[in-house]
Amino acid sequence: MTDHEHYEAVVVGCGPGGAAAAANLARNGVETLVLERGVDAGSKNVSGGLIYAEESAPYTIDGLFPEFREEATERPVTENYIHNVAGDTVKTFDIGDLHHHDTAWADSVLRRRMDSWLADRVHELTHETGGGLLTEVHVTGLLREKGEIVGVTCEELDPIAADIVVAADGVNSELARDAGLMDWEDPDEWFQGVKAVAEMDPDTIDERFDIDDDEGEAHLFSGDLFDGVRGGGFLYTNEASLSIGTVFHLDSIAEERAEPQELLDGLLTHPLMAQWLGEDYHELEYSAKLVPDSKKAALTAPHEDRLVVVGDAAGQMQAQGPIIKGMNHAVTAGALAAEAFADARSRGDPHRAGEFYEQKLHDEGVMDKLRPTSYSVVGKLGEIGPIDGVANAVAESAVGRFGVRAAEGLVERAYNSPMLVSMIPDTKLPYVTLPTVIGEELGEVVTDENHVQPPELDDRIGDLTYDVGDPHIELVDNSFEASGTAVTACPVSATDFGGGCYRDEMVQTNGHEEHLVSLDTQPCVECGTCAVVADTEWEHPAGGKGVEFEQG
Amino acid sequence: MHTVVLTKGVPDFREGQVSFDEDGHLERGKTPTVMNPNDKHALRAAFQTRVRNGGHVSLMSMGPPGYQEVLQEGMRDVYADDLYLLSDREMGAADTWATAMTVATGIQNLETQPDLVFAGFKTADGETGHTGPQTAYCLDWPLVTHVVSLDIDEEAGLLRAKRLVDGDVSEIETVEAPMPCFVVADPEFEPTYRKASHRLEHKQLREETQERAENYEDLVTVWDHEDLNLDPDYIGLDGSPTIVAGVDPIPKAPSEREATVVDGDDSAAMEPILDELTPYAAGD
Repeated sequence: MTDHEHYEAVVVGCGPGGAAAAANLARNGVETLVLERGVDAGSKNVSGGLIYAEESAPYTIDGLFPEFREEATERPVTENYIHNVAGDTVKTFDIGDLHHHDTAWADSVLRRRMDSWLADRVHELTHETGGGLLTEVHVTGLLREKGEIVGVTCEELDPIAADIVVAADGVNSELARDAGLMDWEDPDEWFQGVKAVAEMDPDTIDERFDIDDDEGEAHLFSGDLFDGVRGGGFLYTNEASLSIGTVFHLDSIAEERAEPQELLDGLLTHPLMAQWLGEDYHELEYSAKLVPDSKKAALTAPHEDRLVVVGDAAGQMQAQGPIIKGMNHAVTAGALAAEAFADARSRGDPHRAGEFYEQKLHDEGVMDKLRPTSYSVVGKLGEIGPIDGVANAVAESAVGRFGVRAAEGLVERAYNSPMLVSMIPDTKLPYVTLPTVIGEELGEVVTDENHVQPPELDDRIGDLTYDVGDPHIELVDNSFEASGTAVTACPVSATDFGGGCYRDEMVQTNGHEEHLVSLDTQPCVECGTCAVVADTEWEHPAGGKGVEFEQG
Repeated sequence: MHTVVLTKGVPDFREGQVSFDEDGHLERGKTPTVMNPNDKHALRAAFQTRVRNGGHVSLMSMGPPGYQEVLQEGMRDVYADDLYLLSDREMGAADTWATAMTVATGIQNLETQPDLVFAGFKTADGETGHTGPQTAYCLDWPLVTHVVSLDIDEEAGLLRAKRLVDGDVSEIETVEAPMPCFVVADPEFEPTYRKASHRLEHKQLREETQERAENYEDLVTVWDHEDLNLDPDYIGLDGSPTIVAGVDPIPKAPSEREATVVDGDDSAAMEPILDELTPYAAGD
């Protein structure tokens, strides 16, 4: 074997999945090196963000990191609602029962604060083992010897060999792609989320939501306020800010040529929001993220040779209607991967860690949450075109409307049923048609006037912090046909906007006109959308380069 | 490995810090003293040696007792394990030669003989760039200047350095030298840490150094000319062959261009400027 620097374990990425893996490896006495590409853990991370601790989970974040809730989270979620919107009529359901199902606790979080806190603990724990955490290191791929994965390659460091590599490098994982486990091919395997963090002092939050300072709320929004694009919105209360965002199926964003930032603005400016946002809207940060749809993208065997993949990198993000859970699964998976390595090592066969990890994901019920059997039987059926069309028509017909009116209590109960929610198909019916009908038939008119003026896209980009490095995305096919969708779908680009990543133009060449796309990666928020909807060579920027989220 | 870094306190020439009197003479009393900015490159080179090859780093300076804070600055800014100040009235007003004599004696007086001595590329006050090479001459050591990157082969007792030929970034040569060796770090010096273990060590030492720099006084050793067994006739002003015959101020170049200040929010006033610029924007 070539003389590479060697650690027993290399963990790539210090989000919740990587942190959980590293902490559990360190507790098992494994020499662990953690490599994080941001200037600080959390500086590259965005989530909605609620983090759950499930009663049924073998590992939770506060179990692995005592004091987590006191030190790293914003507010506990004590109330949950879903708002069905049709124009300015809204019907609100309390979905507290759904939220509380299998939930030990759930807190709102901002990722910079959370991950940065976790990283300090991770460094302390791993340093004890002879390793530690390094920031500003971009792991570019897998180190192979005789075709076998034996470690990682880095932009800033020489290759590093390891007995186990934990890829916790996020939704755009370069390691999972290098191993051939993940791709960026199908838009329908992904959601795209955009989020605004709005400043608000704690007393104002308490007053506007009528809560105490140790309480918090989670609101979900669906219906016709997103121009028919399939998805919904959310609002979570933080300690001194609100997280407001929208999450849509990426295939729907692409088909409708929707501008994500405009869909977010549609939510921010809806009359329903006036009661919470008041007149003094101040946006601290605009951010975006690609979200894997675990029903379709979660790896059933997330390992290869010495590589194990956890969290978003393995598609472990559960988004089924109003249930949006990612970080908790990443934590469980990370800790199980570590456990699997410790088991394999104690049996004298450390290279079987991947196999054990897969087994544990099944045995502990994680896989069934990510890819519910109930969805694969019933949900997919609903996605078949003619069936969906008929169902849409029925829901919008007088019969359907009558059903909704007659069954008001039933609908609320249905929203609260984890079983029914897990079967929700990815079609217009549950995301747009049904909530709209509910809003129209059962809702009340909201008369409040919304005074919010969301910032323009160039101001949103201007407010972000960047350390611009070399371009990290290459446009392979610059025809509008191949890559034009990025102009609208990219959350920092827009039609007729020159300051974004992607723009399109008509170019005259040899007497005929070509519709071309050009790319400038400076304002990139590294969400990965264009890797799916355009023809690109996509890599992360060098360690410490690119966007730096302060809220996340 | 024992590495010594030479540093000097200089007037803080940054705008807002430095004061000159009416005749253009520097007012030392009103201008704070800071570590010579170029010494940072020497410290970074020494720190790289500490991280990659272990051992320890001593920071040494010659100057009045107040220079202890200059040593602290160097320690806080980059890194040092221990600090030495050569301080004595007899050493005062030394030129580069007398300084080199004193500093070389200070280095020889260290308990463990260093393998490497680093100096920064010239001081911000004298700008001679003589003291380092003269100190190497006094020590009778090989000298490598304008170093931009450095590798140490401890087993072979060699250093391998990339250096700018004639201080020019367009021409770089690689040289080898036996240790002990005197190295002048160029402002273009870049430390390299390509191993995770180096970066972890770097992080660890940087964390510790901030705390240690708070208690820097415990780490300072002060030596006077008696400690170094130096004859006062060969150091300080008496030992300095340089005679300053006079100082002439360099006249400021007269400005020939006219400047007009326009308020950017005043659109009427901006109009003629835009008219003026438009042809350039069109690429004419």
